[in-house]
Amino acid sequence: MNMKRVYVNEEWCLGCHLCEYNCAFANSGLSDMALALKGKPIYPRIHIEGDEKISYAVSCRHCEDPMCVRSCIAGAISKQDGVVRIDRDRCVGCFTCVLVCPYGALAPGESGAMLKCELCLQNASGEPACVRGCPNKAIVYEERGEAE
Amino acid sequence: MKRYVIIGNCIAAAGCVEGIRSVDPDGAITVVSEETHPAYCRPLISYFLEGRASLDRISYRAPDFYDRAGCTVLYGRRAVAVRPEEKAVELDDGTSLPYDALCVATGSSPFVPSMEGLENVRSKYSFMTLDDAIALDKAVAPESRVFVVGAGMIGLKCAEGLLGRAASVTVCDLADRVLSSVLDFECAALVQRRLEEHGMRFYLGDSVLRFEPDTAYLKSGAVVGFDVLVLAVGIRPNVSLVKDAGGEVGRGIVVDEMMRTSLPGVFAAGDCAQSFDVSSGESRVLAILPNAYMQGHAAGVNMAGGREVFDKGIVMNSIGFFGMHAMTAGSYDGEVYEEKTESSVKRLYTKDGLLKGFMLVGCDERAGIYTSMIRERMPLDSVDFGLMKRGATTAGYCKEKRGKMFGGVV
Ligand SMILES: Cc1cc2nc3c(=O)[nH]c(=O)nc-3n(C[C@H](O)[C@H](O)[C@H](O)COP(=O)(O)OP(=O)(O)OC[C@H]3O[C@@H](n4cnc5c(N)ncnc54)[C@H](O)[C@@H]3O)c2cc1C
Ligand code: SF4
Ligand code: SF4
Repeated sequence: MNMKRVYVNEEWCLGCHLCEYNCAFANSGLSDMALALKGKPIYPRIHIEGDEKISYAVSCRHCEDPMCVRSCIAGAISKQDGVVRIDRDRCVGCFTCVLVCPYGALAPGESGAMLKCELCLQNASGEPACVRGCPNKAIVYEERGEAE
Repeated sequence: MKRYVIIGNCIAAAGCVEGIRSVDPDGAITVVSEETHPAYCRPLISYFLEGRASLDRISYRAPDFYDRAGCTVLYGRRAVAVRPEEKAVELDDGTSLPYDALCVATGSSPFVPSMEGLENVRSKYSFMTLDDAIALDKAVAPESRVFVVGAGMIGLKCAEGLLGRAASVTVCDLADRVLSSVLDFECAALVQRRLEEHGMRFYLGDSVLRFEPDTAYLKSGAVVGFDVLVLAVGIRPNVSLVKDAGGEVGRGIVVDEMMRTSLPGVFAAGDCAQSFDVSSGESRVLAILPNAYMQGHAAGVNMAGGREVFDKGIVMNSIGFFGMHAMTAGSYDGEVYEEKTESSVKRLYTKDGLLKGFMLVGCDERAGIYTSMIRERMPLDSVDFGLMKRGATTAGYCKEKRGKMFGGVV
């Protein structure tokens, strides 16, 4: 079972938002970053929180007891081999998952269907693009057991 | 081998099957399903009307769900009595189904008050089941005038689903506002305005005095002509099986945090049950899908001899119309923090040092952070609520809490 997760070290996070761009690009299906993102609103599945003092990247924790899976009114979210996946064709954009996720890890994309981190398993990146692109290695992809 | 019986076959039942199987891979599970469909996403029946959810997409679980879980489903069968002393359920075909553990997951039924002349209206519908939606789908033509009685979640969702495909959709409710059980006047007005912009018409604070076959005469004097009538006045939990067997019922079937009813070996879950509401401290029917699933799951685990409690239930709701979302949770009690714009209202309610509830209409917020503060009864003096009230963020938690949440960051 894949138990690797994306973890962030808030001491090292620069708050540069590069992970958001790398995420949006990896999930755009395009091969040119400028073409994919330039001048457009971006829809990343990871986002930076914090203030001037601290900052850190938040993405889905793939919870042991995922509230989103239990709550989705369309049966669109499921947990497979430890990874919480979303079938965006089934999502009706009702925001119930947003109402229950304790981490604020889901947000709607351009079509209104929800986006969440799927660990880049569903795109061509191969490994989480946020991790690969972090200039300060503040985001890591490793095994530490599941979040609460 | 243990024998499990589940009465009802929707969200709570699916949760119950998954709960049982998480503990007992072998026991025999029989599901008594009055409806002839596999468990489906009941909230999606309005999306089906709108053409946004197809019949094959509306299923709650994969087509092989029952096979893989090793369940026998008795489609089109109705349970008519529970006999706890014999540990058996009597079905409408006269057969008796023995059980070691029983879950009553019968949901609720539409409540239709008596209204003068209603019996003469031929084209009238409820909006609770997929079959209701399929029948409405056939009945509504582009030239139809639709009249919906009830501006609660079910009535409005139905009205929204029909708006783009009927000549007119008119909604009437006794309450002075839409969604009166979850929204206050100001929030309701925002939602109503959005619906009116899309052509829906309202008679609020009004009621039907009498019907003629294609006309409703309202108390205000208004006269509404219609071709199709939808009655969505309210719902009642289906409690009779447990009540008639001598079990304790209030508005819903009374259960403890392990979803046990007062009858030995009999559990109940979902819209038919009433259970503890963390935000108000009262026992209530928490008739929403997430609670139905979680209660069903807890019931299943406990039926199979495991232990799972459902003790963090709260009333919450997320409903959207034409891109405007209303998210609400908890109880609207105590001091209010408020932010407003032309098209949005945000209200947080705090009392006794805890977040108790919120109303967010037209706001783009990570509301689940607030919901979890209510559920977990998180003391406000342990967080930076000054920061968190302005925008839901985990940055308001202390470093230790954040470390725990995000998995041992250094
Ligand atoms: C139009 C609509 C929109 C909704 N929108 C939302 C939403 O946006 N968000 C949300 O959280 N919730 C929503 N809900 C509520 C949600 O659908 C319910 O909370 C949920 O379906 C409850 O699940 P349940 O399994 O407890 O009961 P139900 O889904 O009601 O299922 C009970 C089943 O038991 C069967 N049954 C009853 N008695 C018997 C018997 N004696 N023998 C055999 N079978 C029996 C019934 O036929 C039914 O199929 C909506 C509901 C409707 C109708
Ligand atoms: S979306 Fe939220 S609730 Fe769902 S698994 Fe991810 S962190 Fe957990
Ligand atoms: S917004 Fe989509 S994924 Fe979230 S609960 Fe609704 S249908 Fe499910």
